[in-house]
Amino acid sequence: MPEILEHEGHAVADADIGVLGGGATVFGPLLPDVRVDEGAAKRSLHRQIGRLEEELASLFCSTYPRTGFDWVVTSRGGPRLLSVRELERVRDELSDRLQENRRTLGERTYVEEQKRRHIEEMLLDPAAHRWEIVSNQDIGERGCKHWHVRPRWGVLGMLMNWWRVKISSGCPLAGGHGLRP
Amino acid sequence: MSGPDGGDETDTARPGPATDDSRAGISATDEELVEGWVSARLREEFPRLRLRYLEVEATEGRTGRSVRRRLRVMSDRFTGGKAVNMRLEPVPSAFRTFYRQVGIDPDQRRPAAEEVAVRRMQEGAYLSRGRVGDALTIAVAETGVPVLAFDAAALTGPLGLRLSRREELLGEEGRSLTGGEIVVADARRAVAVLFVDQSAKTSVGRGTERIALAAVGVEGVPAISIEEALWTAAEALVER
Repeated sequence: MPEILEHEGHAVADADIGVLGGGATVFGPLLPDVRVDEGAAKRSLHRQIGRLEEELASLFCSTYPRTGFDWVVTSRGGPRLLSVRELERVRDELSDRLQENRRTLGERTYVEEQKRRHIEEMLLDPAAHRWEIVSNQDIGERGCKHWHVRPRWGVLGMLMNWWRVKISSGCPLAGGHGLRP
Repeated sequence: MSGPDGGDETDTARPGPATDDSRAGISATDEELVEGWVSARLREEFPRLRLRYLEVEATEGRTGRSVRRRLRVMSDRFTGGKAVNMRLEPVPSAFRTFYRQVGIDPDQRRPAAEEVAVRRMQEGAYLSRGRVGDALTIAVAETGVPVLAFDAAALTGPLGLRLSRREELLGEEGRSLTGGEIVVADARRAVAVLFVDQSAKTSVGRGTERIALAAVGVEGVPAISIEEALWTAAEALVER
């Protein structure tokens, strides 16, 4: 039988041929005996997850104080040892989250830049931007400060076309704990 | 450290002696840190995962004046900026990565350092939570390494890390574990699910006279940070 196989162009090792109890010969699989080193795959995935987590953490700090970002990557019911497939899913989700949030941040910073420019235009020509308002949140900064184009001296300013940009002084002060006993 | 098993599927609880540290498994004195064992399966997957612990002669009770003063100083030094940038610091970042690797979302179940920081921001200060709670808070806030406290008298044999068995109960009579969870265990039972919860049976209570403090280290956490966390907690426990 090995001769036949050799004639057909197959090289079969002796180890691939077994003998059944009745003397009949049976052939083992012709596929190579490949054993996947899960440990190496897992180590590689752990490293990738580590890098992605670092990048995500860095992005998180860059986005502050902006809100509306989704940072959640589904929990796998840990703490436990994850399979290669589960680790791949964690990695893929982290990667998706990173890309998605980077894109969102990019879009936001573009809008914020436009708003900053708008503030400058408001300051240069307030009359052309009557009643317009830009807040700190619009330019991606924390605090309650805002730029508001308002008429000087109320109705008189409106009639005389005396417009100016009023910059708020920030957040209201905290109420405190009352008088000292 | 040598694990309790040969790396089989069940990750059995039987703790084995340490191979590269002669102190492992020896009962600790006040001045000795003990290297806990880590099961073969866990060590294979996370070679840098480790647990160190020490025992301290201390009881639960009201926090001493000096520790409360220390909490106040720490509260004043802590700012929102620090809380936001915390995840860029090496130790908290290492724990975040480990959380991901073991299937925990660190944004849902925060690592200890972040949890303490968020509590500080929400409450406006590190509020006193009793002698043991305060000692753990100080250790975590200063080093970023989570520290667990157990009633040393309720523990049997050396502490270590392993995977839980199917239908195993936390602390032998607590909630049932799903099997395969990473647990802190003594020679007899699982005493805590890593970073999640711990058995009430081995928790520090009114009758506790000796406290075992345990700190877990993962890849990226220097050994000195683990030691510092333990010593900081131990000192805060005995301060009056």
